[in-house]
Amino acid sequence: MPSLDIRNLCVSIGEKPILKDFSLSLPKGEVHAIMGPNGTGKSTLAKALAGHEDYTITGGEVFLDGELLLGLEPEARAKLGLFLAFQYPCEIPGVSIANFLRAASQARLPEGQEVAAVEFYKKLHGKMDALKMDRKFTARSLNEGFSGGERKRCEILQMMMLEPKYAIMDETDSGLDIDALKIVAQGVNLMRGPELGVLVITHYQRLLDYIVPDKVHVMWDGRIVKSGGKELAFELEAKGYDWVSKELAPSAKN
Amino acid sequence: MDQATQLEIDREKGNFRYETDYAFDAGVGLRPATVDYIAEVKGEAPWVREFRHKALKIFESKPMPTHWATKDLEAIDFSKIRYYLSQGQKPSRTWDEVPADIKKTFERLGIPEQERKFLAGVEAQFDSEAAYSRMKEGLSKLGVIFVGPTEGLKEHEEIFRPWFGKVIPTSDNKFSALNSAVFSGGSFIYVPKGVKVKQPLQAYFRINAENFGQFERTLIIADEGAEVTYMEGCTAPKFETATLHSAVVELVALKGAKIQYITVQNWSNNVFNLVTKRGLAHEESEIRWIDCNIGSRLTMKYPGVILKGRRARGEVLSIALANDGQHQDTGAKMIHAADETTSNIIAKSISVGQGRSTYRGLVQIPKHLKNCKNNTECDALLINANSRTDTYPAITVRGEGNSVQHEASVSKVSAEQIFYMRSRGLSEAAAMSLSVNGFINDLVREFPMEYSVELKRLIELEMEGSVG
Ligand SMILES: Nc1ncnc2c1ncn2[C@@H]1O[C@H](COP(=O)(O)OP(=O)(O)O)[C@@H](O)[C@H]1O
Ligand SMILES: [Mg+2]
Repeated sequence: MPSLDIRNLCVSIGEKPILKDFSLSLPKGEVHAIMGPNGTGKSTLAKALAGHEDYTITGGEVFLDGELLLGLEPEARAKLGLFLAFQYPCEIPGVSIANFLRAASQARLPEGQEVAAVEFYKKLHGKMDALKMDRKFTARSLNEGFSGGERKRCEILQMMMLEPKYAIMDETDSGLDIDALKIVAQGVNLMRGPELGVLVITHYQRLLDYIVPDKVHVMWDGRIVKSGGKELAFELEAKGYDWVSKELAPSAKN
Repeated sequence: MDQATQLEIDREKGNFRYETDYAFDAGVGLRPATVDYIAEVKGEAPWVREFRHKALKIFESKPMPTHWATKDLEAIDFSKIRYYLSQGQKPSRTWDEVPADIKKTFERLGIPEQERKFLAGVEAQFDSEAAYSRMKEGLSKLGVIFVGPTEGLKEHEEIFRPWFGKVIPTSDNKFSALNSAVFSGGSFIYVPKGVKVKQPLQAYFRINAENFGQFERTLIIADEGAEVTYMEGCTAPKFETATLHSAVVELVALKGAKIQYITVQNWSNNVFNLVTKRGLAHEESEIRWIDCNIGSRLTMKYPGVILKGRRARGEVLSIALANDGQHQDTGAKMIHAADETTSNIIAKSISVGQGRSTYRGLVQIPKHLKNCKNNTECDALLINANSRTDTYPAITVRGEGNSVQHEASVSKVSAEQIFYMRSRGLSEAAAMSLSVNGFINDLVREFPMEYSVELKRLIELEMEGSVG
């Protein structure tokens, strides 16, 4: 079955090991949530998968629909169908959302083929309407001067435009008020289907009320310490991360 | 962006060279005999030869300007350069008459094609002399003159001599003196009263020989109410040793005239490009420099306008891209010398990798003038942390009712931003091009269409080269 398959992944930042034998299999068509306290390595996982060069892979393998992901350039991973909605999307001054997405769409086409402008804008405007984004945003520089919520919405817009096979959403809920959260969740739910696998990284259970996951994984100190159905998120919410450190983590180590 | 993949420049378009035999060669080194050789080959009038000899003395008496400019200038060894090389060709009027090897070069650079598409006239210079020169027939009927300096000073002395060396005196700086001693090639243009040349005239300067110095000289005179746009392009192959390009360009806009001078410079990495450019704007005239510098080892160039007549306007729009191993030392000069004159400077520099950009500005509005305005905007973009940028805006504005506006900004494209763009599927080069184009976009919108397309393409090539 097609999947994003992470096997025994070990990642260091500098000399410091962050991910320790991390394994997770995300079948296409499913939505999995990763929950864990701050500093446990969730963003490290996301960026290492996307190919950020600060994150050194010291062991393990990752397969995207059977293809080796590690070792590829970030843009090659994107073209294979991986998408990362960043926890902290950065500003790209002078590059408008429309031009950026057009260039990114163009990059996915074979040599000599051009993005059709009319269809492109039609699609872009449609997705923006779905996310209740003002169309004026297309001309604005990417993320420049955007509020936290606007940036997150813009990440989802990019995801909807680029139609990945696997999307990692790194704390997309943080910085969103409840209305924005609902809109973003609606956008993701629209994309849900047999052609998309989603890894939702979150700190809180709240988002999972709107994007209901097929599976929940609890992460602690660079690895998954417990996996379960969506009810695991409620259990975690009720018992708190203390429960993870005191009960789950020690038993997982043995 | 990792260090290894940063910047190996490869502007492949200009990097090729066909074997060439030179019938005329002034030899290596610079002596009075070199000047005589050039004057001889060209059959110049005694006053021109005299002008050259005087210039040589001034050149020798002036120190290298390393007290304010980079020490890298000391790497130029004037005794190892060849000052004049040509096949003895007269500029042909058809491409078929151009010697085959030279024609091949210009075809590869796309010059005949551009001529067909959108130019009113073309001059193509190969080392020291033009190989091709042609203007649309209609224009010569209107009295437009478009020739090289040899022909200009010989056949149209009464038109060109009064302005020759007047906007930029020989002694202006060491390199204007050098050019005045050994100049060869370039364009002498005269547009008669009221004639508006709709399509651009273009000159293309090609350096083909190693250890060579190219010293073209350009003088453009737009008579009252006349209008003209001139474009220059340049390339050279990559040589092991340094090559020198040192031009002097003088513009004269008489009452109500408009001159637009556009440069697309795409030098290879070992060219010292030391150019003096200045315009003299009479009453209600307008001079606009659009100057885009890509490539070269060191470019020093500060196009200027002397605003001599009431309500004259001067403008410099410049873009400099300094990649690894390059130093773009560019800027603008606006000398206000009459009431109600206005000037505008917009300078954008991009430094990539170890590339270094310097902006030097000079704006003078003396006390006795009224209602003069200057606007200066300098923006720098740094792509990765090693790049260096310096700004030296010298703005002297005195007197009441004169105004000046000055803005400067520095922005950075970090490794994080590049990664963000790559994570969406853009290559590193595409990500950098997108940032650079975003940065210069509002300026490029002011450029003529053909030029902005060419510029965009050059930037893309440069960025592709920079990531190897
Ligand atoms: N660029 C970095 N340099 C050094 N340490 C980092 C860097 N990024 C993250 N870390 C460290 O790695 C660990 C995991 O961080 P991160 O993956 O951001 O956690 P999470 O996303 O789960 O909050 C933390 O201890 C953090 O301090
Ligand atoms: Mg995080």
